[in-house]
This record gives sequence, structure tokens and C-alpha cells, in this order.
Amino acid sequence: MKRVVITGQGTINALGHDVPTTLEAMREGRCGIGDLDIRDVDRLSVKIGAQVRGYDPGALFNRQQIALYDRFTQFTLIASREALAQSGLTFAGQLAARSGVVLGTAGGGVNTWDENYRSVYEEGKNRVHPFVVPKLMNNAAASHVSMEWNLKGPSFSVATACASSNHAMGQAFNLIRSGMCDVMVTGGSEAMLTFGGVKAWEGLRVMSKDACRPFSATRNGMVQGEGAAVFVFEERDHAMKRGAEILAEVVGFAMTSDAADIVMPSAQGAERAITGALRDASLNPEDVGYINAHGTGTAANDKVECAAVAHAFGRHANDLMISSTKSMHGHLIGGTGAVELLACIMALKDGVIAPTIGYEEPDPECALDVVPNEAREAKVTAVLSNAFAFGGLNAVLALRAV
Amino acid sequence: MSSIKDRVIAIIAEQAVLEVSDVKLEATLVDLGIDSLGLVESIFAIEEAFDIQIPFNANEPDQGDFDISSVAAIVAAVTALVNEQKPG
Repeated sequence: MKRVVITGQGTINALGHDVPTTLEAMREGRCGIGDLDIRDVDRLSVKIGAQVRGYDPGALFNRQQIALYDRFTQFTLIASREALAQSGLTFAGQLAARSGVVLGTAGGGVNTWDENYRSVYEEGKNRVHPFVVPKLMNNAAASHVSMEWNLKGPSFSVATACASSNHAMGQAFNLIRSGMCDVMVTGGSEAMLTFGGVKAWEGLRVMSKDACRPFSATRNGMVQGEGAAVFVFEERDHAMKRGAEILAEVVGFAMTSDAADIVMPSAQGAERAITGALRDASLNPEDVGYINAHGTGTAANDKVECAAVAHAFGRHANDLMISSTKSMHGHLIGGTGAVELLACIMALKDGVIAPTIGYEEPDPECALDVVPNEAREAKVTAVLSNAFAFGGLNAVLALRAV
Repeated sequence: MSSIKDRVIAIIAEQAVLEVSDVKLEATLVDLGIDSLGLVESIFAIEEAFDIQIPFNANEPDQGDFDISSVAAIVAAVTALVNEQKPG
């Protein structure tokens, strides 16, 4: 089997418009959550979110592009530009044919749906812009990435709610590992902070109205975020031959299904994904120094996740660090695993563990080292990234330092 | 028009797939087999039926002003909200 390394990363999210700014915010434990600035916010009962601020699409895309790019596609392209530039790769001939794109998104072009439903239902218009369909489709972002960088191999999008990005990166990993591809651009994006997007979540009664406080006894729900993160996964020999800077190695991936409940998580399903990723990576539990948690800040997720980790790691669960960066960048739904992988790479490469901010009070049901409120310096050689989706779909990635 | 109590019980009975006569005032939602998703759906149905806003967060069901400890408690809480949020 081929080995897979990461040779580029890019992002835009509530913490920053690129990787360095985002990592600095994570190191400082800065919170990207604030008052939502969206149309009809007064009709929402949840009025906070981790929005991308100070963002001017007109400065980065021309008018024709904006007519075709939903916000989630714009975010993807911005993150891709940073990641591809770092990798130093260009694609032609055989390499182009053996390279592709797999991206996660849960909702795709939610802004486009929202705006056009308003136009036909609320304003009674009988005509919509000709590009509504190519703009809103879930695979639009993956397709535009393939076009911008001439990636002619396998490209597709993955939608598994909150696990979309991890499932996508798992596919990218396996496409390279199996020898089918040399380079895969992967990660995910979400732009669901619209009136309809927030209203839908509001209905489920799991959202916090004030803050995201994962693992804290005082937690009272999740907070939505938006943005994208994109990575360049590359076959290791290919990267070594061209002398590329290697950020980390992807060593394992596992996915499981709870087959139980459409919203309530299962500790067994999560645990099977965690142990599966360790096995796939040939890692012992003691090798893992850090886990980027799914850590949504809901009552149910955090206690189930801690139980799963405790069970999967046994005594070592007390020695490892586990933090939820959603406390800072919010829950990016289908894009969340991608932004969270940035924290995993920072842990491996820079020896900095991003904190769980907003932590107020210990919860006996979440009795692990959740790196409360302040980042920590620590040398770790292997990490996991958890994602557990509604629908009981779990996806865990394992990374190792180089 | 039927009383608030009867209408609340009818909504809960429908959610629990029970006869109205089987929904006793002292019963808890667990007794009636209503899980957390069923609870959220019942609250939505009550909000729609009475045109009220119910303060309820599934992460802290025991906190807040809306008491869901029994059918009687829910009827009392809905009655209070209906009076409080009466238009005009």
C-alpha cells in the first residue's frame, strides 16, 4: 500500500481568512462566535454564529465567477488557492489524470437555495437566474476546483452531515493509498448561516443562544459556523521525489454506522470508529497524544464521545489530550472536520495543542483532559480527528508527525 | 372549544400513539414512551396549536421555566404561557 502525506493546507473560517491567522487564533484561544449579521436575524431565536467576517467576494472573484459560485464554493476556492500554492504542484499530463478532488459539504449551496426560494415564494417572481442549479449543487465546489487546477481524475462530493469532511478526506486517503491516484485535493466547506439554514437548526432545539462550551458542565448546545479548509494529500514517494515540505502523514481512517437513531449518538458506534482508525494506522492507543474531538457542546454528544474515548483508550484516556476547537470556530457542519484537521496538524508540526475555550465547570461525564481555555505546548507524534454525524455515521482519521 | 388540558393531552396522545384516555395527568413522558425527539416534536405541535413560544433547550430539559416532569406539569406550563402570550 502507498503512503499518504499532506503537502498543502488552506482555509477561510471565522477565525481567519488563511491558515496562519487561524492557527494564531487557536493558539490564543480566540473566539470567532458573535452576533449573526444576516437578513431577518430578528426573526430567529438563535442569533449567534461563527461567521466569516470582513469578507469581500468582489475582491477575489469577478462578476461572472460570483454568478456561478455560491458562498460555499467561494470558501472552497479560497482555501484551495492557499493549499495548492503551498504544495507547489501544477497539474498536466499523467499527473493531472491521476489527481482529483473529494470535498465534504452537508448543504452545498444553501445561500443559493435560500435566496431563490425567497424570490419565487416570498416575492412571487416566476423567473430565476439560469445558473441556480449549477450554483447550488453539492458538487459545484469540487467541480470548480477540478477546473481551476486541471485535476482530471476522480472528483466527487460527500454529504454525511457533520462527518462529510472526514468521510471525504478518508476517501481521498484511500484513493492514494490504493494506488489509484497520486494527488487528491480534499477537505470540505459549508455556508449555512442563512435565515433558512439557522431556522432549520433552531427547530431541533439543540442550539445554544449564548456560547459553545464543549465538555463543560454548563454547556447548553452547539453554535453554527461557516467556512472551508482544503488539503493537498499526496503519495509519499511523489512528494519526497520533488522535495515537497511534508506537513504530516495520514496513516489511518475508519468509518462506522450506529444503525440505531437518526439524531442520538451511540458510544459503541463512535468507539468502533476510533479503534478502527487505530487499527488501520497500526497505532497503539498509547501512541496517540491528542484527539481533536467532535465536541459539539450538546449534552448528548460530549458525554457519549467521552465515554467512547475512555472505552477505546482504557487507562491511556487519562494521559491524552482531547479538545474541541468548535468552541472557537463553531460547528461548520459538513466543513467542520476539515477546519479541525488544521488543529491536528498544528499539534503534530508545531507542538501546540488548541484549547477548548468557554470551559467553565467540570462535568463528571466528561472527565478527560480537554485542554481547557488555554493552548498548551506538547510534543505529540500521533493524533486522531473525530467526526460523528446525525444519522449515526462516524468517521475518524489518524495522522502522524513526520 | 376544548380546554387547554384536553388539547395538550390530545397532542401527547398522538405523539405516544396512545388513546387519549390512556394519557393520565400524573404520567411522565418516559411512562408514555416519548423519547427526546418525540418531546421536541410534541413541543413544536403545542407551539403550533396554541400559537405560543415555548422556552425549551433539549440540552438542558430540566432547566428553564417549562416544566415537563409530568403531563399535568406540561398542561400547567402551557396554560401559563397561553395567558402570558395572549395577543393584545
